[in-house]
Parts: sequence; structure tokens; C-alpha cells
Amino acid sequence: MARTRDVSGARTANTYSADMNHHILSVLVQNRPGVLARVSGLFARRGYNIFSLAVAPAEEEGRSRITIVVDLDSAPLEQITKQLFKLIDVIKISELDPSRSVERELLIATVKAAGPKLADVSTLAEIFEGKIIAVAEDLVTVSLEGHPDKLDDFEDLLGRHGIVELQRTGRVALPKLDRSSRHRSTALRQPH
Amino acid sequence: MRDYVSEHLHEWVDLIFGYKQALHLRPHVIHGAVRHVLVRHEQGAGHAAEGYAHVSGKPGVAMVTSGPGATNLVTPLMDAFMDSIPMVAITGQVPTAAIGSDAFQECDTVGITRSCTKHNELVMSADEIPMAIRQAFHIATTGRPGPTLVDIPKDALTNEMEWYWPTDEEVQAALPGYRPNTKGHPRMIKEAAKLILASERPIVYAGGGILKARAAQALRELVELIDAHVVTTLMARGAFPDEHPLCLGMPGMHGNASAITAMQQSDLLITLGARFDDRITGKVDAFAPEAKIIHVDVDPAEQGKVRRPDVPIVGDANYVILEIIREIKELLQGGTRQADTSAWKSKISGWREQFPMTYEPSEPGGLLKPQYCIEQLNKYAPKGTIVASGVGQHQMYTSQYWKFNDPYTWVNSGGLGTMGFSIPAAIGAKAAMPDRTVWAVDGDGCFQMTATELVTATLEKLPIKVALLNNSFLGMVRQWQEMFYDERYSSVFLDSANVPNFVMMAESMGCVGILVESPEEVGPAIERANSINDRTVVVEFRTDATEGVFPMVPAGAGNSELILHPTQSDPTRTLQPEPKPIDTKLKDAH
Ligand SMILES: Cc1ncc(C[n+]2csc(CCOP(=O)(O)OP(=O)(O)O)c2C)c(N)n1
Repeated sequence: MARTRDVSGARTANTYSADMNHHILSVLVQNRPGVLARVSGLFARRGYNIFSLAVAPAEEEGRSRITIVVDLDSAPLEQITKQLFKLIDVIKISELDPSRSVERELLIATVKAAGPKLADVSTLAEIFEGKIIAVAEDLVTVSLEGHPDKLDDFEDLLGRHGIVELQRTGRVALPKLDRSSRHRSTALRQPH
Repeated sequence: MRDYVSEHLHEWVDLIFGYKQALHLRPHVIHGAVRHVLVRHEQGAGHAAEGYAHVSGKPGVAMVTSGPGATNLVTPLMDAFMDSIPMVAITGQVPTAAIGSDAFQECDTVGITRSCTKHNELVMSADEIPMAIRQAFHIATTGRPGPTLVDIPKDALTNEMEWYWPTDEEVQAALPGYRPNTKGHPRMIKEAAKLILASERPIVYAGGGILKARAAQALRELVELIDAHVVTTLMARGAFPDEHPLCLGMPGMHGNASAITAMQQSDLLITLGARFDDRITGKVDAFAPEAKIIHVDVDPAEQGKVRRPDVPIVGDANYVILEIIREIKELLQGGTRQADTSAWKSKISGWREQFPMTYEPSEPGGLLKPQYCIEQLNKYAPKGTIVASGVGQHQMYTSQYWKFNDPYTWVNSGGLGTMGFSIPAAIGAKAAMPDRTVWAVDGDGCFQMTATELVTATLEKLPIKVALLNNSFLGMVRQWQEMFYDERYSSVFLDSANVPNFVMMAESMGCVGILVESPEEVGPAIERANSINDRTVVVEFRTDATEGVFPMVPAGAGNSELILHPTQSDPTRTLQPEPKPIDTKLKDAH
């Protein structure tokens, strides 16, 4: 798998893969200056791999939620979460097992679509329930929101048309709800 | 313009080590209730703060200016982080409006120190300062102690404000993600007590956490209750008296043979405030292969980081040890019998008899042995003497040959291994304990890194004593080159019997300088040094450059591949059931 370096210096992979040994950590933090640098710096320093990272304010004021997809080949999850807990700004960590969580991601891409090709791209977007959000003479920008695996497939098919630019947000996730339980994530507390 | 920080800091500390802070600060501090020790280099301020914290248990405070002042503090911050020393650094910063503009003496202090502090913070206005400082002290001194840093821009320092100290509750409420667990889990504590009573080959593996938790008394109670031998790591020297019959001394790379072997062959390591450092374990896969592990540590991340414990207990060492003692007593009262450890204990006695710490004494008229110097320093030291050391062979000799019988008498740089640590750390220790004798044991390499702080010792009237073991080499590195690189010596000869002249150097800084070249001069020189209490004394011992530190477990080797002192390598005496060949082709750098 091709590896690149992201801006934080943490190692990242540029594609997801179905068999990847990944886990999703949903990290609730105090929204203080530098908190993202603390989290990404920790991953970089301890040699943990990040596949993707998304951050935005959470439901409670002064809190943000960071969704990190970690590569478990680089370090055991237990060490990663314990080290994260040591950051003073980290309030809670939920470990989201991919099979027990809902994951979403957004992709936008500009592809070549001169003349009749526009219809092909448009059909493809329709099949995936994506949207055409901008059209120029020989280019079209499409967007798709959904499960990251679905985005992978869409990206593959778009590739045949020639992708000019592409941006994905990295995944966000929450625990899957079912009838019996309100909360299916494992909230990790400091061990005794 | 008022400076609120220095006006109010005395409510928290009585002493700070610093260097030209943001302009307004110093006069206030000097006239206020806080003593300000003016160092000669910011690294000195940091190590002095560490030395102060080491011996007093109170947080050491270093206060320095922005830019280069802050960057000079990085080494001590990392040192304190590695050795879990409570320390608060306060750094000046350029005015808030100038931040990010590459202003004169601006640097990204919080960025640079993020990975060498437990927590750090840049405050952006005056009214944030009290909370930031309270949090810095709270975080530095609770849970696993460590260094914290508050970066204060010049305008934030001097703007008008209503000063207040937040209450403990307010401080905690502002830190919802920081709840150190100090009480061990009762079920795990019970489990530990059972394992201890069932063990036939127990060893207590005591680390620096014992000292941080002020648990030396509790440790002794536990050890005597279960009648098991103790090893004290480099960070824990003094946590259990060396003269106690159950003390095996230091384990690890240069530990003594019985401590290493006892750990290696034990069936239960009762690990208290220690972290399975690579200098202790050697090759992890080969470390104490038959031992079950009880691991008591206040930092949950240490559990399972290196060696998976059978019984992990996250909590304050003092609290947990007392609870384990209570559980053991309950079990004993309930009729549980402790397993028979007598065979194990006699095995240990055998090793101790056969493999004591040893060196070859000087021949008459021969070169001075560094180990002998340490023994003599120890012999003449008044009760309660504190010893600080640099990093290298002299550090290992000190740990090996000084008999530590009291906690908080040993100050050293363990995790980071910072050359130059001893002199400033000794000054900090002296500032905390002015009535005690403080010896800094230094190497000629280390001395040349921070000796400039002897000026501080003289002018601030903090008279320490320096034992400079001058072997003309970066001795520890020389030893590695000798043993593992076929004696291909490279860049390790310092020529320090010629340059500098250490006695003159000492005298130029207001100290008494004494040169010792032969074994007969050692005792009288030390006695003379001990009799001078109003000035710093530097005793330079010219020692045998070819001397090496033994025993030694080569880096990356398993602990069974111990290299004994050449005089002990008699094949009729064995430590191991089956001695393994030693791999001398190890390339790991020190
Ligand atoms: C700041 C720093 N630089 C380099 C080293 C690597 N190092 C470890 S021990 C040592 C030699 C120390 O020499 P000296 O102070 O003369 O003590 P000796 O070993 O001779 O007793 C060196 C260079 C270090 N530990 N710290």
C-alpha cells in the first residue's frame, strides 16, 4: 500500500482497503488551542499510523470530536488509547468497531467530461446517488456522501474518466444504534 | 506596570531558578518572598529545578525568557519528563500582537516543548494567568509527576487585572480530561496478595515511582512482611537501604550480578513504580522468562507497554503497597500459608557470596581507581549526604559503590542520560536542603558541559562539593569502543589531564580546587573538602583511563549474557544453569 506523509508528520496511507486492519477512535476533546497538534503529534512521535482524521465541534460547547482511523499494524490499540488518554485535553475515547458503527465520508471530484462523456459521468453519479455540483465546458465536479467503501468504488469508476482533482474528508463515525441498546461503542475509561 | 506573576507566585513556591525573564519580572521577585537563584545558563536553571524537586518532593520552578531562553530549557524539560520529575517552567513570550510574525526572540515555545512536557499552555491574556499557573502546578505534581510549562506573552504579564487564585475545585473542573487514578483496583490488589504468598521465587522490583509516591516506608514494611529480596533501579537507589540484608542493589545493564540473575530466574516480579526500561530488561523476549508480573504504576500506559502484567494495578504506589500489605495480613490470618522461599533465598545468598561487586584495587604506586574514589567519598560522607551524578562511567560507579541508605539522597539523570546534569542539579538540591552536604560526582566530559554553574554556586552561596573523576576520556563511550568496536577509538579522547586546568578553572569561579593523583591522597583530600563549608570545592581525581564498568549486559543482549568483571570470569563459578555464549558483535549505540 502506498504510504505518504501528511502535514502532521504522521504516516498515512492514501487509500482505504477492505482488509486493512483498522479501528476507529472517536475522541472527545476540550476544544483548546493546539489540541489537534497534540493528538497528531502524539501519533507521529510514537510511530502510530493514521489513515484518516476528521475534526469538528461536538454537541457540547467547548468540545470537539476527532474521528481517527488508526492502523493497528503499527501499534496495539491499547497503547494508542492509553497514550491518548495521557493528553490532558482528551476527555473520552470511544473505540468504534467498524462492524458496529455507522461510518460516513464525503468525496468531491472534478473529472474530464467533454461532450457525450458528461452523460456517462452523470449516470454514474446517479447510480451512486451522488450529485453534479458544477459543470464547465469539458469538466464536471461531482460529490458523493456515503460509506467509505462506496466512495472507494465510485472513485475507481470515476478514474476511468480522468480525475483532475479529488478531495475526500476522511471518515466520521458514530456507534450503530439498535433496538436493545442506546449505545454500542466501547467507551474506554482509564483501566484500574 | 505591575507584574502579577511575581507578586503572587510566592504563595506557591519559595524559590525559583531563572535567567533574565520578561523585563519586569526580576526586581519584583528579588524583593518579594520568592528567592530567585540567578543561573548562568537556562539549562542550569532547569536541572537545578529538577535537583530541587528530586530531594524535596516539591515542584522545581524555572523561569526564563522567550526565544533562546526557552529553547535552552528543552533538555531539562525532556530530562524531567523521562524521570517523572515535578517541574514548572514559566517562559516569557513576545507580545500577543507579535506572535507569529517572527518577532525578535520569538519562538514557538509550546510547539517545541509539546513532546517534552506533560502539558503546556500559551496564555493570551492577563486574566488567564492564575488558572494556567494553578493547572501547571496541579498537573506537574499529581498522577505521574512531570514537567509543565506556561508561556506568557509580555503584554499578558503586565496588563491590568483583578488577581485571584482559582480553588482546587475550579482547577479540576477546568480539566475534565485529567483524573489520575490513585486507588488501585481492590480485586487486583487481592490478586496480587495471593500471587505473592504463592510465589517460591519472588523479587521486589522497585523503581523511581517508590520515591515519587513517598512509599519507601511502605516498601520496607512489605518487604519485611514477605521476606523477599529487593532490587532498586537506578531511579530508586535509596528507596530501600543498601545495607538491609534483603537489598540486592541495582539491576540492569550495569547492575550487580545477583540482582540481575535473581530477576532473571524469579517466578514473580513484584514491580512497584518501575517501567521495564530497556536498560533493565535487556532483550525483552529473554527477560525473566518464568516470572509472573505484578505491575503497580500510577500511569496506565505503562501497564503492558513492554511486558504484559499478570496483575496490573493502576494507582499510587504508597496507597497500593499498604493495601497489598493489608490483604496479605488478612490472608495470613485466614490461614493461608506463604510458600516456602528458603531454597530460593539460599540460592541468592550463594550468588551474592560468589559474585560481589568487585574491581581490582590499584597496585602500590599505580593509577587511581574510580571505584575506590567513590568508596572513599561514601566512607567520609556525613549522614544524609546527597549525591548528584553526571552521565557515564562515573554515574554507574557511584550507583554501584555508594551505599544508599536513605531515600532522596541520590539525584541523577536516568531516562534521558543527560551529560552535564550533576553540577546544576546539585546546586538545586543544595538550595532545597541547605544543611546537607551535597556531592556532585562528575566526569571530565560532563564537567565541561555545565561547570559554568559553579559561578552560580559561589555567588548564590550554595556551596556544593564536586568530585571530578578525570579519566581524560568520554569514558563510557571509550569502553564501548573497546569492547564492541575492536578498540577502534574515535573522538573519545578529551586530553583533559592537560586542557583545561580544572583546578584553575574551579578557582577562577570562586571555588577551592584540589588535585588528587594517587590513592594515598584520596582520603585526606576528601576530608579537607568536607571541612570547607562556606565555599564550593572541586576535587579532581586523576583516574585510570582503562578502567571499565562491570558487570555489563551488552545492549540488545539478554540478561543471561552478563559479562562479569574479568577477575570473576572463573569458569568454575556459574550464575546460570547453562551459560550462553556472549555475542560481542552488537552495534547498538549508547
Ligand atoms: C548531552 C549528552 N551527550 C552525549 C551523551 C552520550 N554519552 C554518554 S556517556 C558519555 C561519556 C561521558 O564522559 P565523561 O563525562 O568524561 O564521563 P565518564 O564516562 O568518563 O565517567 C557520552 C558522550 C550523553 N549521554 N549526553
